[in-house]
Amino acid sequence: MNLSRRQLMILLPAAAIAWEHVLAGTPEAAPNYTMSEHWWSMLIDIPKCIGCGNCVRACQAENDVPDGRFRTWVERYHVSDENMMYPEVISPDGGKEGFPSVAKEDAGKYFFVPKLCNHCADSPCTQVCPVGATFISPDGVVLVDQKYCMGCAYCVQACPYGCRYIHPEKKVADKCTLCYHRITKGLTTACCEACPTGARQLVDLKNPNDPIHEFLRTHAVQVLKPQMATGAKVFYNELDGSVR
Amino acid sequence: MSAFRDAGHLLRFAGLFVLAFIIFLVVRKFVVPKSFGEYGHYRGAAIGEIAAHPAHFAGHQACEACHADIADEKKGGKHAHVNCEACHGPLGKHADDPASVTPAKLDTAVLCVRCHAASVAKPKNFPQVDAADHANGVPCETCHKPHNPALEAGGAK
Repeated sequence: MNLSRRQLMILLPAAAIAWEHVLAGTPEAAPNYTMSEHWWSMLIDIPKCIGCGNCVRACQAENDVPDGRFRTWVERYHVSDENMMYPEVISPDGGKEGFPSVAKEDAGKYFFVPKLCNHCADSPCTQVCPVGATFISPDGVVLVDQKYCMGCAYCVQACPYGCRYIHPEKKVADKCTLCYHRITKGLTTACCEACPTGARQLVDLKNPNDPIHEFLRTHAVQVLKPQMATGAKVFYNELDGSVR
Repeated sequence: MSAFRDAGHLLRFAGLFVLAFIIFLVVRKFVVPKSFGEYGHYRGAAIGEIAAHPAHFAGHQACEACHADIADEKKGGKHAHVNCEACHGPLGKHADDPASVTPAKLDTAVLCVRCHAASVAKPKNFPQVDAADHANGVPCETCHKPHNPALEAGGAK
């Protein structure tokens, strides 16, 4: 077959468009799971948290989180009577092995604050990714495509909550997936499964039968750093004003 | 046509540009993953890949399918809402293959204290004990059954 240069010019774009249709297949999806029917988040009930560190250990076991990095961790706040603005915050090894004991006479108030990715609806971390490797899934979970991530760590800097890290071996961004591999199969997250007091609860805001709706109506609930307008979705019940 | 009279060299240059653009489009078709842009500016197939990770915690529903007796024992007790794997650890492998993977025996001396060691920092309404003071070294399970820790089953403490 003899093609003139003119014919080739016409054929090449046509071939490109045809190839695109050949490549477009059906997407992978978990069976019986429709992404558009869910909008995941989490509720942290501060008065129930005892700082046992079960959630941190469970997360590390479930998600193979390297030592010294945390997808979730627990902080202990100590707010003294004299200085409400500057609480003393400790989180030894993420609270994995619990917390040092406190002398009875120590004044001030103590409480535990479990932290994890807030799965923001307007997340700063996904906006700065130069290659489209991190994104908000249609069901409201902020995820990292580790095959696409090149480890530039822009997102690590952009997260105002410090919830991301660069995986020391894979050299890509890593973070809480809200146990996406579990919640899409009808299970709860590893941290919620392991929490002995129910201080953590997985929440589906699109499920009208989820007890979160009643809870939000009847409790004083906050998110972290609301002034940053990140659309944070991890709700904290009875959060102290000193928490940042 | 007078405007293009001496523009032959420019047209060749323009042709080169068009060719380069077409090559760009063709290469792009091969390089960009097919699911990129399916839901947004990212690879749509990544969602399925993340969802396919294996789970290590089986979930209490899986435990209760076989261990209904323990579930009954827990019912109504203080530990009714403590999930099995909160103490027993991740046992997804045991749930997949109960015959060959058996969970390790637990040490109450470590486990009970992990939650119930007294600390001013803990919520006041949470039951706490000073372990040394409380039992003089007698193991916790001598008096308290871990699945239903009240001193007399069904009775008040």
